[in-house]
Amino acid sequence: MWPAVLLGSLCCYLLKLAGMLIPQRVLDSARVQRLAALAPVALLTALIAMQTFSTGRHLGLDGRAGGLCAAAVLILLRAPFLLVVAGAVATSALLHLA
Amino acid sequence: METTCEIPPAAVRARLKLPAPLARDVLGIAVPAGAFALSFGALSTSTGFTVAQTCALSLLMFTGGSQFALVSAIASGSAALPATTVAVLLGSRNALYGLRLTGLLRLSPLRRVFAAQLVIDESAAMATSQEDPEHGRMAFWATGLAIFTLWNLGTLLGALGGRLLPDPSTLGLDAAAPAAFLALLAPRVKARETRVTALVAVVVVLILVPFTPIGVPVVVAALVAVATGMRMRAHVAGR
Repeated sequence: MWPAVLLGSLCCYLLKLAGMLIPQRVLDSARVQRLAALAPVALLTALIAMQTFSTGRHLGLDGRAGGLCAAAVLILLRAPFLLVVAGAVATSALLHLA
Repeated sequence: METTCEIPPAAVRARLKLPAPLARDVLGIAVPAGAFALSFGALSTSTGFTVAQTCALSLLMFTGGSQFALVSAIASGSAALPATTVAVLLGSRNALYGLRLTGLLRLSPLRRVFAAQLVIDESAAMATSQEDPEHGRMAFWATGLAIFTLWNLGTLLGALGGRLLPDPSTLGLDAAAPAAFLALLAPRVKARETRVTALVAVVVVLILVPFTPIGVPVVVAALVAVATGMRMRAHVAGR
């Protein structure tokens, strides 16, 4: 299993590094700046949906969806960050128990 | 003598000192991540990876989604090469974070070599959600280093004593990362193009999950969403 561990790690690191080595003149372009501003939003919202509603290649609703709903309500109530995360964890745990 | 001992100078202390609210947020995102690493360590060793291989993954790959994807693929009978491909595909999103982080961090090439390893969802989310660039830089380093420490510690403990631990989903820990990302993103998703980008990302990822290999949906959804957001802006600007 060592080849998979080392090759996978090397490729993942090189991808991280590639993002950090993009030349400044490329980053100065207005198009790239818009892309750079939208990319984290797109990636993180896609991740939220995937981590909440999927298990492998299956979609479904479970405690995680309840946790995310609780987080959304707490965010709307302007709760502090820690409370949002704790509320989501507690709600999800309770729903897993039920 | 006592005056000469007054180091570090105020400027250095100011650089190192995290504002208390930021430090709390960093802990709020890093502690659940560390707890989740316990389950990675346990899953990895129960799949047949050795403790050394499991710890090497957390130290060297250090991107949770890819690590779980690699180990889960092997656990479900995949060969090593396709499993590695899925992990790398999922890791490709970290290159996109670099687009935003490079301009924010403004590092020398040598420091980028170190900083790159800390580019993960959590450090990118924390860094890009700060209003003030200086706070953004502090958030990147603090989040990256805190998670690197706790993630590797959690992995080691999980790998050594994994079977003694409860499943993280019964503790609700699997809801922590999505909730944290939502809390960090929500204040930033105001402009119409940002809202459309977020919505398209969610819709596309959910459509793709059942029909494409693990790793594909997030990357494709993000690219489609960014392209849509950018077209909208171009359209508005063109009018």
